[in-house]
Formats: sequence, C-alpha cells, structure tokens
Amino acid sequence: MNDTKGRYRTLIGHRLFWPVAVLVAMLAANTIYRPGFLSIELKDGHLYGSPIDILRLSAPLILVALGMTLVISTGGIDLSVGSVCAISGAMACMYISKQPDQNSLAVVVTALAMALGVALVLGVWNGVLVAVIGIQPIIATLILMVAGRGLAQLITQGQIITINSGPFRSIGLGHLLTLPLAIFIALAAALLVAAFTRRTALGMIIESVGGNAEASRLAGIRSGRVIFLAYVVSAVCAAVAGFMMTANVSSADGNAVGLWVELDAILAVVIGGTSLAGGRFFLSGTILGALIIQTLTTTVYAMNISPQTSLLFKAVVVIAVCLIQAPAFRAKFSRRRRSAPPPPRPVADKPKEQVPA
Amino acid sequence: MTDSRPVLTMTGISKSFPGVRALHNVNFRLFPGEVHALMGENGAGKSTLIKVLTGVYDTDEGTITLDGEPVSFSGPMQATAAGVSTVYQEVNLCTNLSVAENIFIGREPRLLGAVRWGEVRRRARALLTRLDLDLDVSAPLGSYSLAIQQMVAIARAIDIQARVLILDEPTSSLDAGEVAQLFRIMRQLRDEGIAILFVTHFLDQVYEIADRITVLRNGGLVGEYLTAELPQLGLVEKMIGKELDVLEGLEEHSRRDLGALEEGTPLVAVSNLGRAGAVAPFSLTIHAGEVVGLAGLLGSGRTEVARLFFGADRADGGQVAIDGTSSSLRTPAQAIDQGVGFCSENRRAEGIVPELSVRENIILAMQAARGWLRPIPRRRQDELVDKYVKALNIRPADPEVPVRNLSGGNQQKVLLARWLITEPRLLILDEPTRGIDIGAKTEIQRLVTQLSDGGMAVLFISAELEEVLRLSHKVAVMRDRQMVAQLANDESLDAERIMQTIASGSHREEADR
Repeated sequence: MNDTKGRYRTLIGHRLFWPVAVLVAMLAANTIYRPGFLSIELKDGHLYGSPIDILRLSAPLILVALGMTLVISTGGIDLSVGSVCAISGAMACMYISKQPDQNSLAVVVTALAMALGVALVLGVWNGVLVAVIGIQPIIATLILMVAGRGLAQLITQGQIITINSGPFRSIGLGHLLTLPLAIFIALAAALLVAAFTRRTALGMIIESVGGNAEASRLAGIRSGRVIFLAYVVSAVCAAVAGFMMTANVSSADGNAVGLWVELDAILAVVIGGTSLAGGRFFLSGTILGALIIQTLTTTVYAMNISPQTSLLFKAVVVIAVCLIQAPAFRAKFSRRRRSAPPPPRPVADKPKEQVPA
Repeated sequence: MTDSRPVLTMTGISKSFPGVRALHNVNFRLFPGEVHALMGENGAGKSTLIKVLTGVYDTDEGTITLDGEPVSFSGPMQATAAGVSTVYQEVNLCTNLSVAENIFIGREPRLLGAVRWGEVRRRARALLTRLDLDLDVSAPLGSYSLAIQQMVAIARAIDIQARVLILDEPTSSLDAGEVAQLFRIMRQLRDEGIAILFVTHFLDQVYEIADRITVLRNGGLVGEYLTAELPQLGLVEKMIGKELDVLEGLEEHSRRDLGALEEGTPLVAVSNLGRAGAVAPFSLTIHAGEVVGLAGLLGSGRTEVARLFFGADRADGGQVAIDGTSSSLRTPAQAIDQGVGFCSENRRAEGIVPELSVRENIILAMQAARGWLRPIPRRRQDELVDKYVKALNIRPADPEVPVRNLSGGNQQKVLLARWLITEPRLLILDEPTRGIDIGAKTEIQRLVTQLSDGGMAVLFISAELEEVLRLSHKVAVMRDRQMVAQLANDESLDAERIMQTIASGSHREEADR
C-alpha cells in the first residue's frame, strides 16, 4: 500500500470523517441553491450571516446533547431533558417577571441560580430512579418527561410568561467579541464537560460502566455514583439550554420550550458516533451531530421546503447520515466495488504499528 | 477412514488484521467420518481459521474447497446452508426461548407464512431422540444445564444436513460426566460419516476422541499428525515450540511448606460466612504468602466462596477479620480497599470491558480505587502497562488495541495484570487457567508461585486437581455447596484423596475424573 493511499484510508477511517463530509455537503448544497449562503458581514460590530445563525441556534441543542452523551455512554437515556428545559426556563422567567427591576443583573443571577437549583433536584430525581432504585432509564426519565411539562405549567400557572429583561435576553441574543454569546456559552460548556471527563478519569469510568456494568462493579467502580452523576450533569446542561431557548423569545411557554429536543439530542449523539448501547463516547462527534441537525433545519427553511414535507425531508437526510456511518452498510458497498473489504475494526483512531503476532 | 477424499480442504490460507498476522499460509483438510483436533496456543490462529472457514472473515489469500468445489462463504448462514455448521465455545442460543424454538430459530417450518409449531416440536423431539437426549422441548432452554444447552446447539447444527461440524472448545465448561455424554454423541455422528473439527485445550480429550491432529503455532501450520503416532509430550512440544523445562521446573515446587506460614495472625479469617442458596456457612483462614486451593466439582460452590470473599455477593451472616481486626467485605469496592483482588472465571461477562483498550482495562481497578478525581498520570499508566504486557507476554503487545481483539488467554492475562498493579494482599483466582493453552497456563502457575513467595496470599480455584495440588499449601474441598474439609498439602495428600473427599461415598462415580 503506497503512502497516499494509506493516508486516504486513515482519513476515511476516521470516525469524524463522515459527519464532517455530510456537514460540508449540506453547506455546499445550500451555497449552490443560494450563492450568498456562506457570506458573513459585519454590522454594528456584530457578525451576521447564515453560518453564524446556525452556530447560534445550535447552541441549546449542543448543550442538551453534551449531557445526553454522558447519559447514553453509561448505557442509559434521558428523555426528560425537554421538560427540564421548560421547567428551568419557566422558573427563571417567573422569578424575573415578579421583580420590580427586571433589568437588574442581581435579579437575573438569582433567577438563574434558582432555576439551576431546581434542575439539580430534577437531575437527582432521575439519578435516584435509575441508579439507586434501578428503574430502566427509558421509563424512569419518561416519568419526568411527562410530569415535567405539567410542572412547567404549574410554575407559569398555565400562562405564557413574557419578560423584559436585558441581561436575561443577552443569554440568547447577546454578543461578545462580534459573535453571539450563546456560541461562547455552548463552547464553554463543551470545554467544561471535556475537561470534567477527559482530564479526570471520569470519562474512562463512564465508558467502562457503559461497556460492561458488572465487570466494572467487580473492578471496584461504584457504578451507581457514576450513573447518578451523568443524569445530574444532563439536567444541568438542559437547564442552561432552557435559559437560551426562553431568552431567545423573552418568554416562557411551558408547553413549547424544548419540545422534542430530547429526540434531536439523541440523534446528535448517535450521529457523533456514540453507541446507544453505551460505552465509548465522543464529545466532538456530538457537537458535529448537533451542527448537522441545525444546518438541516436551517436548510429546510432556506430552501422554502413546505412545512408539510419538511419533516419528511429531515427524516430522509437523517436516515442517509446514519446509513453512511454504519460500517456494515459501507462494507457492503465497498465490497461490491472491489472485492477487498475494509478492515474489520470500525474505529481506528490512529494507525497501528506492526506487531509480531 | 483416511482413504477417502477429504470433504474439506483449505490451502495456503493467509489472513491479516491491522497490526497482526493471524494466519500465514496454512493448510488444513478434513475427512468424512473423522474427529480432527485443531490444536495450538492462544493466539495460534485456531479461531481465525474457523472464522475464515465459516465466512465470518474473508481470506487474504488461499482457497477453500468443499467436496472438491471451491467455495467462499460470505457468512455463517451461508456456510451452514452448505453443510458446514459451527458450535461455539460460548453457547450462542437464547436461554429464554424453548428448546424446540432454539433448534429451529431462523428456519422454522412454515405454512403460508405461519410457523407450524406442532411440526417444530415434533421434529425437535425426533432430533433429540437421535442424540439420545430426553428433554422437554417446550421448556425454556435456560432451565437446562450448560452441557445440555451445548447438546441442543449441536442438535441445531446437525439438523441442517451438516457434513462438517465444527466444535470450538465445547468442553471447557462441562464436567466429566457431561464430557462423556458429548463424546458419545460425537462418536455417533462420526460413525454417520460427519467430519468433526474439534478444538479443545484438554490433551486427554484429544487422545480420547481425535483421529487426527493439526497443530498451529503463531499463525503458521506446524503439521498434521495421526493421533496414534504423536505422543502427548510431542504434541505439547509442537504446540509451544519450546522445551518443557518450564513444566518440569514447576513440579519441584509441588510440596509446599505450610508450617512456617501458619504462625502469626492470619491475613483474612472468616467464620460462618455464608449465603442462603449459594453456599452453606464456612470458616477459612488465609495467611500472607499462603496459597489456598479450592477443589470441588463444577457447581459445588467454589465460585460462590470466592464471591463472598470479594464482596461480589453479600453474605447473610458470619464474621470477617482482616489482620486480626473485625472488618467486613460487603462490596467489591470495600474488598479492594482492604487489598483483595478477584479474577472472575467468567472473563467475558464479569472481567473485561470489551471496547476499552488493553491499557484501560489494566488500569481500571487501580483507577477505581483512586477515585475519578485523581487520574493516574499517563506516563505512569504507560510504565505500568508496558511492564505487565512484557512480564505476562500479552500479545499483541500494543496496549491501545481494544481488548475484545485479543484471544481468551491474553484477555485472562490482561485481567491478571489489572489486579497485579493494585498490589493486592489477597488475590482470588477463579479458574484462571480454564480455556487457555499450556504455555499461558504454565506462565500463570509460575506467577502464582512467585507471588506467594513474595508474600501475597492467593485463593486458587481450579477444576484441575493436579494444578490445585501443585500450587497450594492447603486445599479446601467443596461438595454440594458446603466446605467439607480443609487438607494440608503434605506428602499424604494426593489427587486420589481429594477425589475421595469430594465423593464421600455418594458422588463416587463423578469423582472418577
């Protein structure tokens, strides 16, 4: 095998290759359809343009998906994130709306702290159900998914709470260094989660629990604690996403905030290469997955695809992305093209040295 | 039987994986009506050869012919359809389905798309009668022993008009009586003209049943021999490719001095430790530097004792004293804190984390003990892992390979390394040498001796009495989930006496092993 070919194989074999390829393809399609798609302009010291919009709008999904990645890696799933978004958003907006000076920074900080506190409790609730009582994750979090919407309604007393708070609005729409603040929040969360898992041994321990829970227990890992922690982190991430979603529209609607975001988040995680069966997780893949989903949504709007068919269009693209990533599917195709199949190892992070057998 | 044409030939087979050359120019042939043993150490290429044969892997080079026709199976289903059936080491059946469903799953007789359940049961019954098995075909498979499950897997395999039957270590979890039952069926099938490829690590079994032997070593063919013409010692030499000094050297260790060790406070002393339904209350002391062997038949409670010592199961009652002070072993994490390590007999379910790398699997227990907030620095990890990959001769020697890519024996060594780096004071080894080859077995036995000389206490569980006798200072004997005796390993103790203790009259026939 010559060097160029080897490098080509390594590139194709990289687990982020296909997600990146899909993202690039979608951007290219948009540019062909609307040549100005990729252009970015500076107005009033802020950058504007479709790519910036995609980044800004994908920030809440990135946050939710980060937490979801950890939960899925333990072999679980968290269906309640959408409800947690709604509850935390409602909580923050409710508190702010009751204050005389909605533009006071202190008021907003208190509101966020309170809402985060509630999210912590919700995360603990999920964690206890799954890790302590031992209910199947899909059922345990389904409880909060359904009940949480009611809880959000209770907080807002069935109304849509509208607020007029500059500091709160800036979580969703503010700018920093010419870029939307939301991008920085999502980036900071990603770096924090990455440091939290990869600079400590937590990441490996989560992967171990997700990969083989009983073997991990017998290696002395207190798996319960790790699983518990994952659900708490997931709820906190969802709460911050909830702040962004409500800040975008300066109002809290218990029914609409974060609706179906859990499904998008699960999708982002899967596109990113983390197996739903648990085990190895890839934060960078998850972020790419979230960007792909948001780009898709933007594309649907930009191309004026009718609302009736837009969901169908989305589904087709998602199926294509999942198929193209599946090693079995790719193997089938490459086998048809040339008789030699790809190496059996689907994930090759780096070329392996020759080892005497 | 050898004068006919081979039913199956494999010529010049080569297969490489990234970083590993698994097979290199291997020839193999199989005649109808013979039992052909495929022998080799772990990583010799036995499993790869079988997977190439059944189409799980493609070949890089070489040809396979079946009845003289070149074939290339794209997967086990196609191989099965062509008459090449495989029964794997770990039974791949669904224990929650009935016996009959398991036999016909995926190819149920149908009428207009509906499964004919009556027909399924009738044919299953007929098939099992042919194998002399009297089972309730409607009962869930899980209600039968592992041995019966293995037979059901064979029944499933031969129902498909199999001409070639591949048995990949079918006996590794069977007891003597069950092995005899399996061999009876194998002989019957052989006499019907089926060619049987048999993989095992038990030399005695090879000499009991195989007509011909093919030996692989390091992915290459060593040779094909008639069993009658190859003495046991010759076979072992061909498999490990080195002189047998190692094995003989170990013999000198055999009688170990208990007296000196038993002075002073025991490292661990348990009294009346027990768990309802698992093992009756027992008392046992283990001193530093002592190897306590645990002998008994399969299912006699050996593993249950080990699990209580490690807190893998919680004891109902009883006391534990460590270094003379009262203590408890209620969870694995607690046991590890006290300096206990445990290699489970069930590597796949309770040992390795398949998708994590060799390095991560090795450091797992040590990292768990430190807590996730204090990661082991990468340089220290590499040092430790390199040291043990070399010391235990783990192959391939690349610590970043996912551990699922390693052969069973090498996975076992990874687990040993996991515990050794935690420097335990008591190491519990449950069947550490089961299903692994002689070379690795000898290495592990030698390691146990070295560790105990260095002051580590070892609780050693093995179905092979010879191995228990060779390594232990003291042998505790289990029978019917009770600890019936503790025997000092002095001149008077031999396998015969242990077997008599196990048997104690009522289990005489099983003790013939």
